[in-house]
Amino acid sequence: MFFTGIFNGLSLSSILLLISIGLAFSFGLMNVINMAHGEFIMVGAYVTYIFQQFGPALGGVQAGLWFILSLPMAFLVTGALGLLLEVTVIRRLYGRPLDTLLATWGVGLILQQLARSIFGASNVQVTSPVWLNGGLALAGLTLPYKRLFIMALVVLVIIAIYGYLYRSTAGRRLRAVMQNREMAACLGVASRRVDAATFALGAGLAGIAGCALTLIGPIGPAIGTYYIVDSFMVVVLGGVGQLAGTVAAAVLFGSANTLLELGTTAAMGKVLVFLLVITFLQWRPSGIARLRTR
Amino acid sequence: MTNLISIVRQHPVGRISLQWVPVGIFVVALALAPGLLSEFGLNLLGRFLTYAIVAIALNLIWGYGGMLSMGQGLFFALGAYAMGMFLKLEASGQELPDFMTWSGRDTLPFFWEPFHSPVFALAMAILIPAALAMAIGVPIFRSRTRDVYFSIITQALTLVVSILFVGQQPITGGTNGLTSFTTILGLPLVAHSTQMALYLLTAACLVAVYLFCRWLVQSRFGKLLVALRDDEDRVRFLGYNPVLIKTSMFTLSAAICGLAGALFVPQVGIISPSAMGVVPSIEMVIWVALGGRGLLSGAIAGALVVNYAKSYLSETFPVFWQLLLGVLFVGAVLLFPKGIVGYISVWWDRLRKKSDG
Repeated sequence: MFFTGIFNGLSLSSILLLISIGLAFSFGLMNVINMAHGEFIMVGAYVTYIFQQFGPALGGVQAGLWFILSLPMAFLVTGALGLLLEVTVIRRLYGRPLDTLLATWGVGLILQQLARSIFGASNVQVTSPVWLNGGLALAGLTLPYKRLFIMALVVLVIIAIYGYLYRSTAGRRLRAVMQNREMAACLGVASRRVDAATFALGAGLAGIAGCALTLIGPIGPAIGTYYIVDSFMVVVLGGVGQLAGTVAAAVLFGSANTLLELGTTAAMGKVLVFLLVITFLQWRPSGIARLRTR
Repeated sequence: MTNLISIVRQHPVGRISLQWVPVGIFVVALALAPGLLSEFGLNLLGRFLTYAIVAIALNLIWGYGGMLSMGQGLFFALGAYAMGMFLKLEASGQELPDFMTWSGRDTLPFFWEPFHSPVFALAMAILIPAALAMAIGVPIFRSRTRDVYFSIITQALTLVVSILFVGQQPITGGTNGLTSFTTILGLPLVAHSTQMALYLLTAACLVAVYLFCRWLVQSRFGKLLVALRDDEDRVRFLGYNPVLIKTSMFTLSAAICGLAGALFVPQVGIISPSAMGVVPSIEMVIWVALGGRGLLSGAIAGALVVNYAKSYLSETFPVFWQLLLGVLFVGAVLLFPKGIVGYISVWWDRLRKKSDG
């Protein structure tokens, strides 16, 4: 029971992490929170749904080649959407974080309504590839392959992000702008371009999260809203600017959520996690990771 | 028109009282509305006036204090629930409220007992949201959580409490909430005279809340609030306590929302967790954004305009309304950051300058 709880907690954590990374980095860079982030998840999920229609042409729905192809496609489509949002809305509201919050909420509403008009208000089901059915039997527990696949996917993504942030020129620029925008700009970093690229990258990761969510359950126009408030809390808990902070916060939040729900009820679990986050902020107001700026 | 304004303005009394003209017109319009509107129209207006009260409360902390609370819907609904409990007990008489019987309870929960008293219910409608705001406000503001962080935390609070209400079916009515009320203080709720009295009470509360907030924002306390919005650190270094000011304003705002909720329930006849969640709370923000933040009259205008538009459009063109609401959020921020009343007052000032010049 306890170990199942830990496993489910880690599974929730991995999805929250995928969603939160983009939010955390945009927040660290531009001090904005994108309320339409949940709808990027939804877009990613529907991209996967569309790709399923190509399944028969790509060796059958069961074989799942379409699913593997839909992962990069979901990333690209939502990334492009994120770039569009950054250029048309967020950039114009620079220095007005609360206004950005409202504008992106509006964009979220529009995207949800569009999805409802195109795909219908009811949920749709995506058939998982046959090789993800079943589970790994381990010490009396059965760990579903789907959830293991999602965890492995998230680990891969984190390694890629780590490489991007700490081993690439673009990542070094990103960190420079986050630490001191003016100084970085003086040294020739095109800070607005860094903003846009980071935002698009974060949106793309939300798209991958949406893709992963199709493995767990049916998808609908409001799928993003189930995860988004939790991932905001992960951002608050994790602090900004450090990948490790977000990772730690997602693992803590997901595990605490699942374990506290086990001990009490689903509703009480949420209440307790919320109180824990508030209490934690008393101790460390800026979250787990602290960015040193000069 | 411009001549008239300049004549009035040259008179010493006119100079002071010209700003009260819109307030006077509004009060007269509120007083005349029962004679002009149908029963349905009056009920609708009464409901929207409770929303206007919420909008003023939100504008107080957001427009003036820079604290964008995404939890006003929660405070509103808590006030509504407190009043709903009283109405439910009155409707049930000696029996247990129907939903409790359905969920297998055979005794009234102890905290329901005092809600037999209308005075207690009204007091709780105001004090419970206030207490919650204070309990959450002190740790939030003490840890210097502000801006977006504050918004996110109030949103999470709203989500958590609404989940809690849905989960406690036997004592809160669960998803259905509290409904099938019959009378208030012995008067049937469906009677026209009762609805009229509720309307007048709501209108009076709106005017009172408006005048109180207007006095407040022009007072020293209100100036401090604006200063906090613009530069919190500087206010702190001047020796004021931002935690105290912010918490008390947040608490006051929650209390006003609770009052509005208490006025809302008898006019609508139902309160359920759907009025409490994340979405209603953020819709309240658009009333203020569209009407004009930092302008108390803007909040009233925004609440009325958006809700009338919603009641007409959402029934006939539901798809169009959802899209329009989204566009309103984006447009209000990108294109009309001052809001309706904000632009009217810009135009008014220009007119006055012309008449002076």
